[in-house]
Amino acid sequence: MTFLIQQTIIYAVPLMLIALAGVFAERSGIVNLALEGMMIFGAFTGVLFINIMQKSGAFQKENAMSLMLLTMLICALSGLIFSLLLSFASVNLKANQTVTGTALNMLSPALVLFLINVIANQNVLSMAEGDASAWFMIRKQALGFDATKNYGFFPETFFFKTYPADYICIALFIILSVILYKTRFGLRLRASGENPHAADSLGINVSKMRYLGTGISGALSSLGGFVYVLTTANCSATGDVAGFGFLALAVMIFGNWRPLSIAVTSLLFGVFKCIAAAYSTLDLNGDGRYLLAELGISTNFYRMLPYIITLVVLAFTSKNSRAPKAAGIPYDKSKR
Amino acid sequence: MYNRRALSPLLKNEGMKSLSASLLSIFTGITVGCIIILLVAAFDEKITFSSGLEAVRLILFGIFSKGRDTAGNLIFGFGSNNIGDLLFRATPIIMTGLSVAFAFKTGLFNIGASGQYLTGTAATLIVALSLPEALPSFIRWLFAFLSGMTAGALWGTVPGFLKARFKINEVISCIMTNWIAANLVTWIFESSSFRNGSQSGKIGYIMPTSMKGISTAKLGLELLFPSSQVNAGIFVAVLFAIIVYVILFKTIFGFENRVCGSNAHAAEYAGINGKRKTVLSMAFAGALSGGGASLYWLSGNTEFFWSTYQALPQEGFNGIPVALLASNNPLGVIFTGCFMSSLEVAGQQIKDLTAYNEYITDIIIALIVYLSAFSFVIGQLVFARKKREREGEK
Repeated sequence: MTFLIQQTIIYAVPLMLIALAGVFAERSGIVNLALEGMMIFGAFTGVLFINIMQKSGAFQKENAMSLMLLTMLICALSGLIFSLLLSFASVNLKANQTVTGTALNMLSPALVLFLINVIANQNVLSMAEGDASAWFMIRKQALGFDATKNYGFFPETFFFKTYPADYICIALFIILSVILYKTRFGLRLRASGENPHAADSLGINVSKMRYLGTGISGALSSLGGFVYVLTTANCSATGDVAGFGFLALAVMIFGNWRPLSIAVTSLLFGVFKCIAAAYSTLDLNGDGRYLLAELGISTNFYRMLPYIITLVVLAFTSKNSRAPKAAGIPYDKSKR
Repeated sequence: MYNRRALSPLLKNEGMKSLSASLLSIFTGITVGCIIILLVAAFDEKITFSSGLEAVRLILFGIFSKGRDTAGNLIFGFGSNNIGDLLFRATPIIMTGLSVAFAFKTGLFNIGASGQYLTGTAATLIVALSLPEALPSFIRWLFAFLSGMTAGALWGTVPGFLKARFKINEVISCIMTNWIAANLVTWIFESSSFRNGSQSGKIGYIMPTSMKGISTAKLGLELLFPSSQVNAGIFVAVLFAIIVYVILFKTIFGFENRVCGSNAHAAEYAGINGKRKTVLSMAFAGALSGGGASLYWLSGNTEFFWSTYQALPQEGFNGIPVALLASNNPLGVIFTGCFMSSLEVAGQQIKDLTAYNEYITDIIIALIVYLSAFSFVIGQLVFARKKREREGEK
């Protein structure tokens, strides 16, 4: 059970953060299909930064946590810059946002793979020394606890062998959700995505709101991308996150663009993802039998389940969908 | 019945503007790609500046590259194998380009070409590898091709139906169906007997159709382009481009599609059934993508990596720039498809001959897509300014 919960958290946390990234963009009126591309970009800059810092000797294993915090900041910044490509095209040039997003989804892996190949002469960029769990995970020995002793369900599940990065992401998720709903800025952002003309007539700068929304979106998805590879891929960038960004898009739609539903949905999809990744060795109730493996349902089924569910839910709820009304439509003052 | 002439002004031709916009995108994309190469040469001590310049030359003229001479200098010239490979690689992306272009003309963004391509791949390979060998190979080829198209059409129908019936945005449902297809195809092949177990180290691949005696006829192309992979599939792709052109511009069906794409409200007002058009258009687009997959895998010398659940085929996404650059004109797609594959060939040359890698051409392709998302706007601005200047002179 501990294993299942920890694995689920590892998948669910980046998923909810990136889905929230999609929400920020769409609520400001920009459709961000490039979540996947921004993830890939963030994962690359994060791993590259760690790699360089380790090589330069600026950080040792003892202060790995400050390295992690700094890397997360760098990732968010790089994602912010990358997202300017989307906001500039869709706000200033009134480009087709779907095509722009698709272009960024193609650009990011190409650029990342090009650079990784130049830097590392192979398709993978990893940490310069050590591995992710040794550096960035909470470990019993490092904190002076007895490694063989069991400290009870809660510490074992939610403290030891977890990544602090995940908890930072959860905190960010909560703070940003509050900002989106309880502050003046959040209201203005949502107004720009719902009815930009009304917002504009009340003195809200729609272009600025859309730049901010997309910027936050880029920062969050890059950060999420880094946390994803940190926790699931041993902190190595490959120019590929296997459709995780599109899964986040599905979470956003399934969660009806609302943070709380998104958190629940990403837990659900996280469980599917976790089952798909480890179902043959998953012992749910600890009786030594691998129940899911004995059921004989293919791992592929669990992998495609989130997409199918999303389509089905969309079909039933499309009539009362909460999708922002102006998302995807370039704001044109002269059109009423 | 509506008056067709009354709807025609919706469809006025913007040929010149879109051509200049496409050329602008291509030019800018290649320029930025070259700048990236030179920047890397400037900052990376392993790569000299002259090797950066060589890579730039290969981007521009890679299709005429003939390797290096004994002194280590790049040599250029007409290489028939490169041209043949260009045509071979162009075949599937012309088809996916047609698929995207046809959907665009109906006002739909078919981002699901990858999924349709994958289901087409699966159907083609299964049929080609399981039909009894007693049948003549041409009949089996034809069956495999048709089943590829059918599978693609079915897969395209899903987003079309969801859009028509439930008003679900086709972009979202295409993304979902893409990844469903990626997992489904992996699932189908995972424990099948189609995997290539007879050659060592090839179990990750599906048997090439040539093992069952099926490979697309070459029709003398092997004499024209010796030691290349080209086959008659390119003729089929060109034929389909012409068919799509005729359907779009010479039939009522295509006319109605284009009206729906230009102004869905006007189309509905005129009595065109937009829902039916949406489903049919996506089905046809899917059939084209699936057919592209068939042409690629039936060549006999290609092997399908079946564990595809982590990545979607590039051919599907490359259909988008192919269609955009041709401004969705089916005949233009033939040329933009060849252009895209010439970039791919150049990328291969860069990988083989320099310290750089083939992903630089993917960067250029992505940049071109990015630019073509708004180049039309810029093109219009330039035209408007020129017009103002001309009027100012008067």
